[in-house]
Amino acid sequence: MILGIARRTAIFLVSVLAASIAVFLFMAVLPGDPAQVALGINATPELIARTRAEFGTDRPLTTQYFDWIGGVLTGDFGRSYVTRDLIGPQLADRLGVTLWLVGAAMVIAVVIAVPLGSFAAVRHRKVSGTVISGASQLGVAVPAFLAGILLVQVFAVQWRLLPSGGWTPPNQDFGEFLRGLVLPALALGLVQGAVLTRYVRSAVLDTLREDYLRTARAKGLMPGQALVRHGLRNAAVPVVTVLGLQLTTLLIGAVVVERVFVLPGLGSMLLDAVAARDLLTVQGIVLVLVIAALLVNFLVDLLYTVIDPRLRRS
Amino acid sequence: MSVLTVHGLNVSAGDAELVRDVSFTIGKGERVGLIGESGSGKSVTASAVMGLLSEELTASGSITLNGKQIVGMPERQLSRLRGRDMSMVFQEPMTALNPAMQVGKQVAEVMSLHRTQPDRRSARAAAVDLLGRVRLPDPQRAAKSYPHQLSGGQRQRVMLAIALANNPSLLICDEPTTALDVTVQAQILDLILANTNDSALLFITHDLAVVATVCERVLVMYNGRIVESGLVRDVFTAPEHRYTRQLLASSDLEATDENGRLRTVSHD
Ligand SMILES: Nc1ncnc2c1ncn2[C@@H]1O[C@H](COP(=O)(O)OP(=O)(O)O)[C@@H](O)[C@H]1O
Ligand SMILES: [Mg+2]
Repeated sequence: MILGIARRTAIFLVSVLAASIAVFLFMAVLPGDPAQVALGINATPELIARTRAEFGTDRPLTTQYFDWIGGVLTGDFGRSYVTRDLIGPQLADRLGVTLWLVGAAMVIAVVIAVPLGSFAAVRHRKVSGTVISGASQLGVAVPAFLAGILLVQVFAVQWRLLPSGGWTPPNQDFGEFLRGLVLPALALGLVQGAVLTRYVRSAVLDTLREDYLRTARAKGLMPGQALVRHGLRNAAVPVVTVLGLQLTTLLIGAVVVERVFVLPGLGSMLLDAVAARDLLTVQGIVLVLVIAALLVNFLVDLLYTVIDPRLRRS
Repeated sequence: MSVLTVHGLNVSAGDAELVRDVSFTIGKGERVGLIGESGSGKSVTASAVMGLLSEELTASGSITLNGKQIVGMPERQLSRLRGRDMSMVFQEPMTALNPAMQVGKQVAEVMSLHRTQPDRRSARAAAVDLLGRVRLPDPQRAAKSYPHQLSGGQRQRVMLAIALANNPSLLICDEPTTALDVTVQAQILDLILANTNDSALLFITHDLAVVATVCERVLVMYNGRIVESGLVRDVFTAPEHRYTRQLLASSDLEATDENGRLRTVSHD
């Protein structure tokens, strides 16, 4: 078990290293000289050369890479070629916003999906089960931004209960922060919850057919008891996989909701940086995203071994 | 009074009748075999007795366990009987145990559930004892293992421990050894025999040699009906029904030896 964790951790670290090289090289081979981009087409060769020296892009690639990655390790992602601002602090702020949003949305999704999906599976022959399946089908088809707009219409415009957008950092005014988080997290969470409900339903349906559930019934457990004590844990493996995927895609996928609610998240930052051809910023964001995806994978792997003893190798 | 009385049992799936007018009784300490080709309705009959028919099947007729009517009994009441007054060992040991739970816990659960042990700790201790009783080597350690760490035969021993934990008055074994190899098969049969002295045993198999070893009486099922029943010795030596004769002819059971006893030929 310990050895397994150590092995997985090593794999994770090597993957992060490899990913950082890949991201760096990918950005380096993209056409367009940052200095040229920053200065525009009318810049003199001397000015371009000076700017290159200032950016450090005139140095060999290996030097540039180690300089960059060395900085990243201390939280220094360099200065934007466009705004000349430090990238690190902004990236941290934006990541924070997105993590709050996505985290809250995933909690909402799980809280919706696990009971509803299990219920729909247990009642799959009954009307109530079919209604839930249909509703989740419908939920999947609703784009998150539409859900967001609807929620704003009802809760912000009509009832004036909650703000229609904007971001208050939690350390500034926690109450206001929560009020601002509710609608975007709901918009994202309801839609993700609908998707997840379908996976929970099918995973639970699969476990309901397992022989060991029949054994549990033969021991004298009521159907619901049997499912909770013997089924859910086994159904969790495929659900955790989907959760991991949702989490990873939402880091960027949340951007539509961020736009609707005017939240300064990571997705918006990436889109802005791409539009401004702010290469070093894009490079930093992409690296963070890749690391986050690897980290989620790593955690999902660990969770597998916690859930399913068959996957534990000593 | 007999432990189990089945009278005029019918089980149908929509228009299809899977079990028709089945009647039999099993007394205390009696061991009854239920034989018949695959698809003849043996498992459906057993599930009906356990009250575990799948949703799309409906049973009618009467099944009483110690005088209590099983057919139409509410789920909550049924669940109090299952695992305590009647229990079942299934054919496939590889999939019958929860892969994510230590087997000791799975054995202990059936005792905690029915409160036949005062607390969790004594249920755990009783589970280890039971694992020893079904001859699992190093029961203390076995209790802590997960099903995938055990062989098929060992898993079936665990299933047997679960089934026997609360001294049920009825034990149903549905082809408990079919999935196991011959030597393990014999050991499991011995265990079943040694541990069901006062229980009523309904033993389902399509292996006539096994019936001859385990049971006193036998029911022959064909196409959802019981076509012949009686003492194993009588049925096997002088089968009345055409189907029973076919079954005997196609089996590797050779009528009787010089002393008039049933002779069995082992599979190899
Ligand atoms: N849930 C079900 N729905 C419809 N038919 C079933 C169902 N379960 C079993 N059957 C049918 O009932 C018949 C008897 O099955 P079963 O009792 O499992 O046979 P066996 O004697 O081999 O144990 C078979 O023809 C089988 O296909
Ligand atoms: Mg069967």
